[in-house]
Amino acid sequence: MNAPIRRLSGVVALLFAILLVSSTWIQYVQAKELQGRPDNRRTLLATYARERGQILVDGTPVALSKPSNDELKWLRTYPQGPRYAHVTGYYSFTYGPGGGLESAENSLLSGQSDKLFYRRVSDMLTGRKAAGASLELTINPKAQAAAEKALGNQRGAVVAIDPKTGAILAMVSHPDYDPADLTSHDSKKVAAAWKKLNADPTRPMVNRAIGGNLYPPGSTFKIVTAAAALASGKYTEESQIPGPAVLDLPQTSADLPNSAGEGACGPNNKTTLKHALEISCNTAFGWLGMQLGGDALRSQAAKFGVGDTLSIPMRVTPSSVPAQLDKPQLAQSAIGQYDVRVTPLQVAMISSAVANRGIVMKPYLVKSVLSSDLDTIEEATPSQLSQAVSADDASALTRMMEAVVQSGTGQAAQIAGVSVAGKTGTAQHGKGQAPHAWFTGFAPADDPQVAVAVVVEDGGSVGNEAYGGRVAAPIAKAVMEAVVQK
Amino acid sequence: MTTVSSLPPRKGRNVELVLLLLAVGIVVLAYLNVGLATQGTFPPGLLAHGTGLLVISLAFHLLLRWRASYADPLLLPIVTLLNGLGLVMIHRLDIAAGRDVADGLAMKQLTWSALAVAIAAAVLFFLKDHRTLRRYTFTAAAVGFGLLLLPLVPGLGRQVYGSRIWIGLGPFSFQPGEIAKIVLAIFFAGYLVQTRDVLSLAGRKVLGFTMPRARDLGPILVAWVASLGVLVFEKDLGSSLLFFGLFVAMLYVATERTSWIAIGMVLFSGGAYVAYLLFGHVQQRVLLWLHTFSPEALAVSDQLARGLMGMANGGLLGTGLGRGRPDLTYFAESDFIVPSFGEEIGLFGVFALFMLYLLLIERGMRTALGVRDGFGKLLAAGLSFSVALQCFVVVGGVTRVIPLTGLTMPFLSYGGSSLLANWSLVALLLRISDHARRPLPEVEQAAAAQAEATEVVKIR
Repeated sequence: MNAPIRRLSGVVALLFAILLVSSTWIQYVQAKELQGRPDNRRTLLATYARERGQILVDGTPVALSKPSNDELKWLRTYPQGPRYAHVTGYYSFTYGPGGGLESAENSLLSGQSDKLFYRRVSDMLTGRKAAGASLELTINPKAQAAAEKALGNQRGAVVAIDPKTGAILAMVSHPDYDPADLTSHDSKKVAAAWKKLNADPTRPMVNRAIGGNLYPPGSTFKIVTAAAALASGKYTEESQIPGPAVLDLPQTSADLPNSAGEGACGPNNKTTLKHALEISCNTAFGWLGMQLGGDALRSQAAKFGVGDTLSIPMRVTPSSVPAQLDKPQLAQSAIGQYDVRVTPLQVAMISSAVANRGIVMKPYLVKSVLSSDLDTIEEATPSQLSQAVSADDASALTRMMEAVVQSGTGQAAQIAGVSVAGKTGTAQHGKGQAPHAWFTGFAPADDPQVAVAVVVEDGGSVGNEAYGGRVAAPIAKAVMEAVVQK
Repeated sequence: MTTVSSLPPRKGRNVELVLLLLAVGIVVLAYLNVGLATQGTFPPGLLAHGTGLLVISLAFHLLLRWRASYADPLLLPIVTLLNGLGLVMIHRLDIAAGRDVADGLAMKQLTWSALAVAIAAAVLFFLKDHRTLRRYTFTAAAVGFGLLLLPLVPGLGRQVYGSRIWIGLGPFSFQPGEIAKIVLAIFFAGYLVQTRDVLSLAGRKVLGFTMPRARDLGPILVAWVASLGVLVFEKDLGSSLLFFGLFVAMLYVATERTSWIAIGMVLFSGGAYVAYLLFGHVQQRVLLWLHTFSPEALAVSDQLARGLMGMANGGLLGTGLGRGRPDLTYFAESDFIVPSFGEEIGLFGVFALFMLYLLLIERGMRTALGVRDGFGKLLAAGLSFSVALQCFVVVGGVTRVIPLTGLTMPFLSYGGSSLLANWSLVALLLRISDHARRPLPEVEQAAAAQAEATEVVKIR
């Protein structure tokens, strides 16, 4: 009987070999995948076991973790409520991190980033309690507050950036929400809030400044068309171009009129490029668009950043100009209608390029990464994205945009004692709906410190009466004032 | 068959003592580890649990010195270590659940361990020669099948999480299958040693296999029907696989005919497949096994998924004892104690645990090789193989090799019946190994040599 006993021992060894393989499979090969599962409570609890980094604005936390006495050791709180909702996002036990920096910089905040490797090793060696890194933001709290207040309960978005560095000074999207509703440890309450926010047709969890459905830019896009005209070398700001009351579009029965009630843009149906921008003359820019052609328009837009996928570090939905345009569509696109789609951030980048001698800086939100004891781990360095226009063309555009605010459609953005440059926009989007009101600009015009873009959906509180100059310009003014006035 | 008389006549009791102290030392360290990790202090229960384990195992060691001085010196230290580590993990889960040392599960487990060792000592004390058991072959059959079917008795059997493998007597509950395992191994050994000649010789050759005659298929068919009965009525694939596998393995050892294994595997897989087609609870187990993370499976149970996540959390090195969250898995102290260990001592740690089991089993197999009588060989091989199969069924269940079943990991898992049965099983192995390693008196050796000569039967 010894031979079968020996073979049976072999079978036993084989059975155990199978167990060695299967346990290796789970604990080594599949371990990462299993740990990354969203329903893995261990991973979640582990992230709640250490203090998550703070998100700071000018040294004051706008998102921080407070010790909690339940199963989760830390409770995420947002002292400013909804004000920074779209900047910070939320950090929910049930739904994970999302909606802003909480998810975009999760690995830093949670302390698991590779950048923090040496920090972790030294924490381990010195017995320091492990904690996530904190983020100091570029946001200017006064500008953020002004933007929030000025936008009020109208739907829309406000973005302000420092044209010289690309640092984002304000980012507001309305409607908003209180992230604390999603980070409570009462899972029933959180689920109810989540359901309500997702069912809301106004989509309060979408950051309209960088994403969502995007907007037609309306007349603010005329800056791009003007830049393309100047870049072509065939036009200067004083060039005479046609500006009739109605522009006849070829290949179609449709016409392109100026805004209702306004006639021709100048005597003899002629106007200068500068005056056309100042009074936002549709026919002149429509004509220009057709003269310049789709390629010139598209490549100028691309130089301003249209089509780029940016991360600030949240992902920014790329803005777009359609690839194929016939003549009438060209005329429409040149005034920011048809299928041109932009984010407010993109529009702010266009203004900031004009302000910054034609150079587009890469926008960013995180000024520095700090360790838990507030040592700087990493500092953001401003970087150039592209040269959108030459320095000369930039100063020409600046003069033209100054005229818009001084004597044109954007007079509501004037700030006493400060020269402001800007452009209004009134974007049609679908029949029967009030247009979106736009304003973009920068101040001071001679030494720019802030570039803004404001969009108010469906004309905001004035609805059909809305023009960018009336609805959006005052909001932009409030934000620029907050930055410029010391 | 060769005479195994070359074993050195060393008793190995001192080796056993050293290893035993080492085992208790490891357990004490593990216990300390848990205390420091969870409470940051010297654990107050260390003295009670540590000395408890030391006293129990030393008492058993002294009994071996007195009553079975040639017994295998590795068995006792291995089971002491496994039992002790189980205690540590159960204590660790007590802490996680907020239970006191005094009325926690670990203290109960320690009490059960003491009782189990006492019973094992009694077995060793009263059973001077394992061959005595052969007299009770058919009594064992009756008792074994009786125990197996006991959970089906109305009012006595209890259905615990789908499986009906428990009986309840007042406040006590018991898994009779654990005891049945040993009793049936005694029956199989006694029965097969009698009938092995006819089962191994008669038959025709088909496709290179010598197939048994139809009338000799009776015993395997009875075992098959019984195991399918367990699968269908007690809803437990593990027990079913354990008993049938044990029988087929012993049949193979007794007859040296591979055809029995083939027949056994065909019968079992066929039966299991039919059961799968017919019974919803079997289908549910298979769903949980194959599609653990599918929404349908998670709607039924996320126990297996949680166990897997726990093991994944451990990774290669583990979180460290007391630093993981094994308490997030249901039955972390019984059916899922292996994932609990996987989480806290890592892949390398569970490898070490598996090696302890493998060592235990192969020492049992070594005993089977060494012992001179056929009954002892069959019994030792059968008992060892049952431990192996049980480990495979339990660990295979939690690591998705086979569908999950309700069996417990021998010595490690929380549970009185499991401890009682497995300590007694080890007592039997120790008794047989004492017999195997004890040098023969001159006269008996000569007689054995003669018996050998008449025993060798070669066919083909």
